[in-house]
Amino acid sequence: MVVPILQQRVRYLFSELGELAHIAGEALRSLRHQRPSWRDFVEQLHFIGVKSQSVVITTGAATGMVLCAQTYFQFHKVKMDTATGAVVSVGMCSELGPVLACLMIAGRVGAAMAAELGTMKVTEQIDALRTLATHPVDYLVVPRLLAATVAAPLLTAEAVAVGIFASWMVGAHLLGIDSAYYVANMNRYTAPTDVMTGLIKATLFGAAIAVISCYKGLSCQQGAEGVGKATTEAVVYSSITVLVANFFLTLFLTRLFKG
Amino acid sequence: MIEVRDLWKSFGPQPVLRGTCLRIEKGEAVVIIGRSGGGKSVLLKHLIALLQPDRGQVLVEGQDLCCLDERQLLHVRRKFGMLFQMAALFDSLTVYENVSFVLQRERRHTEGQMRKLVAEALEMVELRGIEEKKPGELSGGMRKRVGLARAIIYRPEILLYDEPTTGLDPVAGARIDQLIHRVWAQLHVTSIAVTHDMASARRISKRILMLNEGVIYADGPSADILSSTDPVVHNFVNGIVPADSQSFA
Repeated sequence: MVVPILQQRVRYLFSELGELAHIAGEALRSLRHQRPSWRDFVEQLHFIGVKSQSVVITTGAATGMVLCAQTYFQFHKVKMDTATGAVVSVGMCSELGPVLACLMIAGRVGAAMAAELGTMKVTEQIDALRTLATHPVDYLVVPRLLAATVAAPLLTAEAVAVGIFASWMVGAHLLGIDSAYYVANMNRYTAPTDVMTGLIKATLFGAAIAVISCYKGLSCQQGAEGVGKATTEAVVYSSITVLVANFFLTLFLTRLFKG
Repeated sequence: MIEVRDLWKSFGPQPVLRGTCLRIEKGEAVVIIGRSGGGKSVLLKHLIALLQPDRGQVLVEGQDLCCLDERQLLHVRRKFGMLFQMAALFDSLTVYENVSFVLQRERRHTEGQMRKLVAEALEMVELRGIEEKKPGELSGGMRKRVGLARAIIYRPEILLYDEPTTGLDPVAGARIDQLIHRVWAQLHVTSIAVTHDMASARRISKRILMLNEGVIYADGPSADILSSTDPVVHNFVNGIVPADSQSFA
């Protein structure tokens, strides 16, 4: 009883992964053979990048502040108060910044992409595109993929910068850490590779969120229930992908940059 | 010109098409009739390869669509225009952007040329001055007419209509039928519609095919089919519930 269910699940997982790889491959093929629409790209960049800023800034600031406070409370016991800035900075740049910013992007943008494409699917607009000799991947997936790939690292950089600034405000002005030491230790222990690691992760997360969300929208089942399910799955699968991929990327990029 | 050979299609355990065969010549005005849920729309979607059959062939000018991948199909689909049951307009775009969609993708026309072509297409479906409206601001009949304008602007050779009068009042339905007939006569296209609206079938067809139990059950000139004495065709055309069928009561 358990084995057939497990087999079915594994088969479903590989089938989904195959479909995702197919869409990603089609998008790359499209990019190689034709010029994407600049207008569609800018529209998506505005939607993903500009309109996500409030969410990402809030996330970055809240994370920076709480990380600073918790680190200070522990470090204060061993008289290492001024190392707080370094911990916050490295943590924000390489791990928390990309992961939390991209989780927020997955929630806001991934859901919107899946719902929009899913609604287009159930109202036959995707079929209409195909009858108008337009490949859905060219028109719908490529601009979203490009925009998410560009916007995610920019939003992450913004979240990290705001988070570090907020942590400095809390550390130096609320908790009484010496500002000069706070900043000096932050600069001393934060390597350019930490920033690079975070930006590379965010770029890959952005691409993954776009491909997963577009796939879920394009493969949406009929009716309002289908759109709801596609939207939920897009957010869940994108978030899980960000979290799982982050672990492996951390191992890979650390080895790559630090030997 | 379009030939369907031994077409089979199932959705899960439910067979819809069971070896359907038909042939439609260039310039014909054909209507496919049949019961709701009987596979008419499924058959129509196979003609433009929106669905892939389980078995069988769909030949358009001798080219088997079932052997082509999605990108190769894009070239074949340039021969087709399609009006969907609910028009399927892109609701994030204006009427102008919807109708000029193909022209904008081709990037071969200037903005002025596109404006002129869109105005001509809208004129043909008796709509003027609605270019900047969004589909959500239009009535059902207007949406279908915009859908028709979008389908004819690039002068396809074959026009497919999926239940063109469904959801419209009799007057709006008759108006759509007039437009379908006018487009067929003026643009010399091959016109293929699926419907269960007999009044509409009478107005827009020269030939009727009846799909029953997944196969083409009857095929002939409209007048012959509409006056057929075959019990299955006669009952369907005249809306008669067969005596041996189960009662709703």
